[in-house]
Amino acid sequence: MTDATASGAPATAPANSLMAPDARTARRNAAEKRFRAYGLGAIAVAFGALVVLLLSILSNGLGAFTQAKLSFPVTLQAEQVAEAEGALLKTSAYKAMLQEALAAYLAEQGTDVDAEVAISLLSDEAAATLREFALANADRYGEPVPFTILANGRIDGFFKGRVTYESAELDRNVSPEQLRAAESLRDAGVLTAGFNWSFITAPDASDNRVEAAGLGVAMLGSLYMMLVVLVLALPIGVAASIYLEEFAPQNRLTDLIEVNISNLAAVPSIVFGILGLAIFINWAGLPQSAPIVGGLVLTLMTLPTIIIATRAALKAVPPSIRDAALGLGASKMQSVFHHVLPLAMPGILTGTIIGLAQALGETAPLLLIGMVAFVREYPDAPPEGLFDPASALPVQIYNWTQRADPGFFERASGAIIVLLLFLLVMNLTAIFLRRRFERRW
Amino acid sequence: MSFTRLAISGLAICAASAAGAQSRDQVQVAGSSTVLPYAAIVAEAFGENTDFPTPVVESGGSSAGLKRFCEGVGENTIDIANASRQIRDGEREVCAANGVTDIVEVRIGYDGIVFASQQSGPAFTEFEPSDWYLAMAAEIPGEDGTMAANPNVTWADVRDGLPEVGIAAFIPGTKHGTREVFEEKVLLVGCEETGAMERMMAAGMDEDAAEDACMSVRSDGRAVDIDGDYTETLARIDSNPEGVGVFGLAFYENNTDKLKVATMGGVAPSTETIASGEYPVSRPLFFYIKKAHIGVIPGLKEFATFFVADELAGPSGPLAQYGLVSDPELAATQAAVADETVMN
Repeated sequence: MTDATASGAPATAPANSLMAPDARTARRNAAEKRFRAYGLGAIAVAFGALVVLLLSILSNGLGAFTQAKLSFPVTLQAEQVAEAEGALLKTSAYKAMLQEALAAYLAEQGTDVDAEVAISLLSDEAAATLREFALANADRYGEPVPFTILANGRIDGFFKGRVTYESAELDRNVSPEQLRAAESLRDAGVLTAGFNWSFITAPDASDNRVEAAGLGVAMLGSLYMMLVVLVLALPIGVAASIYLEEFAPQNRLTDLIEVNISNLAAVPSIVFGILGLAIFINWAGLPQSAPIVGGLVLTLMTLPTIIIATRAALKAVPPSIRDAALGLGASKMQSVFHHVLPLAMPGILTGTIIGLAQALGETAPLLLIGMVAFVREYPDAPPEGLFDPASALPVQIYNWTQRADPGFFERASGAIIVLLLFLLVMNLTAIFLRRRFERRW
Repeated sequence: MSFTRLAISGLAICAASAAGAQSRDQVQVAGSSTVLPYAAIVAEAFGENTDFPTPVVESGGSSAGLKRFCEGVGENTIDIANASRQIRDGEREVCAANGVTDIVEVRIGYDGIVFASQQSGPAFTEFEPSDWYLAMAAEIPGEDGTMAANPNVTWADVRDGLPEVGIAAFIPGTKHGTREVFEEKVLLVGCEETGAMERMMAAGMDEDAAEDACMSVRSDGRAVDIDGDYTETLARIDSNPEGVGVFGLAFYENNTDKLKVATMGGVAPSTETIASGEYPVSRPLFFYIKKAHIGVIPGLKEFATFFVADELAGPSGPLAQYGLVSDPELAATQAAVADETVMN
């Protein structure tokens, strides 16, 4: 038997050949192919989810960037203004003036639009705009002044396809008659749609006037908070990391600190909100709803991220740089500040920007310190403005999604687009800094 | 880290001293998310029509708002708490313990609670409180008063004439003030109407236990608690054509193109039927003013007076336009605000 096998073996082809893989190699190759397919699949799923998310946000939100407006001249009379100023709800008197002016303009133009219907297309915000103008420009009474007035939210929605003749039949806030009037006003050139600057600059508006709601106060609030975070978190974080990385002795205490920092980076952000409420508002007596408190809370939240990124960047600088500096007679501090820190800077900045981007999108800690609020007054310029009430971008999105008027859904999606643009710019800057200035050894 | 802490506390103290020099010049309001839209409308108009800055209005719920209201007196506490229910005795005790003794209660009007379903869904047009009790109760007493799990699966099981579709109701979660109204004015009333309460008490339950049994909602997935806001309920109804949801009147009025409303006890909800008291499911809305802040925070009393003025809270004002049922006794409220009448 042994003879037979021994003599039979050389007759067959060799079991192993680079050209013809054996069963095991084939299995290993197949496993690799499968793994690659899984990887591609994972990327496809992630990418698909991103595309669906972006498409739904863009399709819902792009409408917020255009707005239907009516343009017509208004002639203010001094006695009308004086009479209006005597009322409690002064804006209602101004509203009447606007309606009168629009009706007169339509009669003059000879359109067949019913004036009664046409005036119902105006936004409630219009009266406030007119009052502001009237108080500031007493010298222009008696002459026709061209005004561009927002159309109300439903009419605006009609031109964006959100409101249709069918839905208007059922809707109590708009009638098909109004939609027909809006169409003929558009044909007459009175009603036009244009880029909605006020969405970017105007403050929030109440639930009755979705067309007037804007992101101005929220963007300023976010900007102020990011300023506070940058001014506090960057120096504190960098100083802490340099000390820990370059100067601190390696002992139990520093180990403990290290563990704590990593831990803090993973603490849910709402916890920082609770801390902020207890320390900054209740104990330190800082005002509620103010960007300074938001900024301080977000600083606490961002610090661990910045410290971890900075320490990694410092670690990546090779010891030979330090040794060379020390060898040439530099002090420890000189070696750090003249040589190590500049080389670590791109990494530090990248970490900081990513930390800031994270802080920009945070809502939970702001809930507890009163920034999830309806705020219409712009904060003053810093530093005093840091103590004025303000809102923030993610908070504005959260607020708008809760409102009853369907137009706010569009506004919220529009605000998400703005927030995503900010994040995109910040992350691109981080990548640019890394690519442009990073040195590899 | 100790360095970081030190630095931050140091900065906070600097910031605090800077803030101390500057006093708050706008009114701060917080509380019920049902009152929020009304408060926002008034705040906006107040800012436009007076020289005072626009008040800052936060939501967060009646309980959270009253809790913050009762934290104490001073510039970094809120001036006004909005509530979709009356302040509780326990809350007033906390208030008093923290020095908030003089509170002015202001009733701004009424809010209706409506039952609505998808516009193109089954014909849910008429409900009785008893329908909701029989559909929602966790356990229903039999003829002899022994409790058995709710056997009703479709609305047609509840009452002939209701659509033959599975029960899927989206009701406010327990943290909402609306839930309390739903339990007391719908479930409890339905329980009494069907005689279930009588049978429970006949079987030996005391009144409190029977009431609790009337208001306990089934947990087999046919009644879904919505802890978010009405936009979430609307999204659920949108994706479930057979669902019925509980909404505020104002929310419904803003979405009449998507929702169709059912009558309750034969009365269709509207500002008129709620004001007259014919429509049974409604509740008063309030705000509470910290009297100690009047005269300290500029514009506080003016804001309260402005809020309840006929031009705002009256039947033809912007609040009614949004969905508030204006209070027939508004004049008394106006007088109370003018006199700063405190609760006793």
